[in-house]
Amino acid sequence: MTTIQESLGSSPEVNLERKKSSSKNLFGILMTGLTAVFTLFILVPLFALVFDVARQGLPRLGLQSFTQLPPPPGLTEGCFGNAIVGTLIVLAVAAAFAVPIGVLAAIYLNEFGKGSKIAYWVRFGANVLTGVPAIIAGLFAYTVVVLAMGRFSAFSGGVALAVVMLPIVMRTTEEGLLIVPQEVRQGSLAVGATKFQTISRIVVPAALPTIATAVTLGLARAAGEAAPLLFTALNNNFWSTDLFRPIATLPVLIYFFSIIPYRAQQEIAWAAALVLLGLVLIVSVIARVVTAKRRF
Amino acid sequence: MASSTGESMRFAKHSIERRTSTESIFDKGFYWLTLAMAMAVAALLLWIVLQMTSSAWPAIQQFGVWNFISRTTWDPVQNIYGILPQIYGTLVTSFIALLIAIPVGIGTAIFLTEDFVSEKIRTPIAFAIELIVAVPSVVIGLWGIFVLVPFLRPFFAFLNSTLGWIPLFAGSARGFSLLTLGIVLSLMIVPIIISITRGTLAEIPPELRQGSMALGATRWETLLRVMIPAGLSGIVSSVMLALGRALGETMVAAMLVGNSNRLSASLLDPGSTIASLIASQFGEAGRTQVAALLYAGVILMIMALIVNILAEVIIRKFQNV
Repeated sequence: MTTIQESLGSSPEVNLERKKSSSKNLFGILMTGLTAVFTLFILVPLFALVFDVARQGLPRLGLQSFTQLPPPPGLTEGCFGNAIVGTLIVLAVAAAFAVPIGVLAAIYLNEFGKGSKIAYWVRFGANVLTGVPAIIAGLFAYTVVVLAMGRFSAFSGGVALAVVMLPIVMRTTEEGLLIVPQEVRQGSLAVGATKFQTISRIVVPAALPTIATAVTLGLARAAGEAAPLLFTALNNNFWSTDLFRPIATLPVLIYFFSIIPYRAQQEIAWAAALVLLGLVLIVSVIARVVTAKRRF
Repeated sequence: MASSTGESMRFAKHSIERRTSTESIFDKGFYWLTLAMAMAVAALLLWIVLQMTSSAWPAIQQFGVWNFISRTTWDPVQNIYGILPQIYGTLVTSFIALLIAIPVGIGTAIFLTEDFVSEKIRTPIAFAIELIVAVPSVVIGLWGIFVLVPFLRPFFAFLNSTLGWIPLFAGSARGFSLLTLGIVLSLMIVPIIISITRGTLAEIPPELRQGSMALGATRWETLLRVMIPAGLSGIVSSVMLALGRALGETMVAAMLVGNSNRLSASLLDPGSTIASLIASQFGEAGRTQVAALLYAGVILMIMALIVNILAEVIIRKFQNV
């Protein structure tokens, strides 16, 4: 039995280098290769999806896409103008609920309740809320709004999407407030501003780009949700801007048109998917760039 | 000198005005407003739970708990409702999704945190993967129907013809199946596992890696025996969050799983999940059936809540390690 020192002493040219072909090296190469394959494995479907949506959606897309009503089954002329208007209306309702509540709640968490028990539980609740399936948000809005009003409506769709948006808006806004340095607040308080003045005139304006990001990220997420709208906004084959009637939206239109066996409707679904995907991806990229640059 | 100081002190005393009462009311009011909104966010979760349960209550009483989750028929005509096939479908598809997403997600997270390739290549890859989360699920469903299902069909047919003697791969292999949904779900949840695992691996103190390497461990021995065990809590909670997402995914399920109410052992047969059942039946449902669907929604909600609360608790418990 020799210790390391003895073996070093007895043979000065002992080789500590691991052989290239040793099983450990081969294992390492194999595993590294495997991780690279896994990464490709994820990227290929993503690019295939974007490519296919662009390829199938572009031929049908044009100015008329935004101005025409969808055709009834069997006919081919038309597009999804009403669904774009509907999506915007439903999103506006959702934002009207989710943005003030989310931003004010974030202000409480970061400006007043830091480290408090309340803040702890609110964050806990918001994180669990993020994990509540969107379909549950839809059923919730169905029981609260649709059953109470007696009919499906754009308004109830907005309520359902607000539930989806709210935790995203709150948590992202909170991150934005968090990077406003403490000195800025202290400076404002030191010259005699009240807490309200400090927050409304100093902290919030400083965090405004991130708050804007929070809102757009929330909107982007809500814009793509179809599940909550199936039980609330439902669908509408005609132009409608009435908050208290069913309304067409892009995701629901894509769903209904993709499961019926009419070629023209399927083409419209692809074109609508291209619009939706393009919108959501562009917003996400911009939001990422804005938050990445934001440093104090 | 002394008098001038006194003068200025007296001057100062007069110059500091009391806050006007409107100012302090605003200040107080603003505080209470933000507090109320923060509480509203937490209360919303409770409200959803209570509202869902109370809306489904008549159905819960009518159909009972055990009958509802153990029966295999969904028959609106005779008002017999059981969701065992849907519970099975939800669990099986989520399990397939995790089976694929866990190794792929951890592997990719390692690829993106180690220096196998330069930062210039890794950053855009990581960014692209995070974009997957943003892709609306109806768009993934649409792509699944018209591109992925036709693409997978020959593979399924091959599986069926060679391994058809195993009950898991028996059946018709038409393309819309539990396996298809599991595969697509894995793609949708893998970014969640990757981003949290990456964050966890990046936060592990470098001393751990240095210590392991100094003892002569190879890079992969260090990764598998030191880094991954050290980051296990983060990885586990990412898996829980991913599971929560997979359980509740609706549009993709409704579009790809085939919406069959039969309970079948084969992964290649069409099936259904709780979410797909609700989405596909709601449109034509009468009063009792809506109640039964709300009941199914409550069961889905409970499953998702358990998974998400566990994830949150794990993250909080080990956050400071």
